[in-house]
Amino acid sequence: MCTFAPNLKQGIFKRYGMILNTFKNVLFSALFIAISFAGYAIEDIENKDDKEFNPKEMILHHVKDAHGFHLWDWNGHAVSLPLPIILWTDNGLTTFMSSAFHHDDSGHTIVEKNGGKFVKIHEKIYQLDANASTVAFDEEHHPTNASKPLNFSITRNVFMMWVSVIVLLLIFFATARSYKKSEDNVPTGIAGFIEPLVIFVRDEIGKPMIGEHKYKRYMPYLLTIFFFIWINNIFGLIPILNGANLSGNIAFTCTLAVFTFIITTFSGNKNYWKHIFWMPGVPVPMKIFLMPIEIIGMFVKPISLMIRLFANITAGHVIILALMSLIFVFKSVAIAPVSVAFSLFITVIEIIVTAIQAYIFTILSALYFGMATEEEHH
Amino acid sequence: MTITGIAAIGAGLAAIGAGVGIGKIGGSAMEAMARQPEMHGKIQSSALILAAFVEAVALFGVVVAFLQG
Repeated sequence: MCTFAPNLKQGIFKRYGMILNTFKNVLFSALFIAISFAGYAIEDIENKDDKEFNPKEMILHHVKDAHGFHLWDWNGHAVSLPLPIILWTDNGLTTFMSSAFHHDDSGHTIVEKNGGKFVKIHEKIYQLDANASTVAFDEEHHPTNASKPLNFSITRNVFMMWVSVIVLLLIFFATARSYKKSEDNVPTGIAGFIEPLVIFVRDEIGKPMIGEHKYKRYMPYLLTIFFFIWINNIFGLIPILNGANLSGNIAFTCTLAVFTFIITTFSGNKNYWKHIFWMPGVPVPMKIFLMPIEIIGMFVKPISLMIRLFANITAGHVIILALMSLIFVFKSVAIAPVSVAFSLFITVIEIIVTAIQAYIFTILSALYFGMATEEEHH
Repeated sequence: MTITGIAAIGAGLAAIGAGVGIGKIGGSAMEAMARQPEMHGKIQSSALILAAFVEAVALFGVVVAFLQG
């Protein structure tokens, strides 16, 4: 344990120096950022208005991304935390706060800003056509006289992601400081909590999956996704934040899976590509038969990473909310103790699931890196 | 029958399949650990990984049910 800390510190400084100096890495960073923005832009939903309590609508509303935190209702008024809306329209950059919509989510409140008229329908911002004064809907409740401008808003998920980044930075800077201060590299304070986790990722995930000689290159990435997924899973379980369901967002998990895919593809050695395109040790007809299967397998791996994290976390949220909405479906107080007890039970399971899913994502990424860098053995 | 009902049946079938799969993995892992307690750590981590693979298939069913539901 004691010998590990200085290695880690030196390694980090050296590695960051390399990253900043290499053009290739800058290119990859730009690529990753571009992918993350594209991921957030591609989302689609539909919903229906209903005066009755509709558990499906409530659950979808909580699971999905939103412009602003709706904290609670007080005397019929919503107490909420507005978030900035940033749009790129024909007239250029347009910004306003989400409180301008006054919690209207059905397109009645029209915000006029920068020569454009904007409405919010089911957490999507639409820009009305120039001559329209109200929104018209077609049979499937899609607006007919409005279009979606490019939306770079700081939504609930983006906000929570930044919060988690700040929390992680605070934790790890405190850890680094504690090693810098101590003479004999004994972890103190929060470092005492982080060091076993880092050692766990190194000894249980990195070394056995990638191999003794090559694991060091991949440790920064593995540690990053492990802690990032874990902390975002935990943030998703905090009820007052309205379940900012970041790791249950398919765009978020897709971005992480694409990172793993790119790193796997670019660290693939000759042996890896040979196993994909011309499987050694089998007859030629079998080689031809296996090639398309292996190529599909290359893409299925990140897709299953993406779906696994998304569906696990979303399913957990849906179960908790469905148990809670049983009270309102049966309209009875008698059902409340059962409902609360069960959702407490599921919440406790979900706390375990937060860690397990972070572990699974990290270990499978490590497994794919290990497969890509495996040497030919005779 | 509506498409939602069919999606629900599909999700249920996927859950049954995953249940059988994870049950087999868990059972065999327990047996293996009882036979060779010194391999406990390795068996546990591979069992978790395999469970994740099986579970992924069930979750495809869940996602289809979400899309249809």
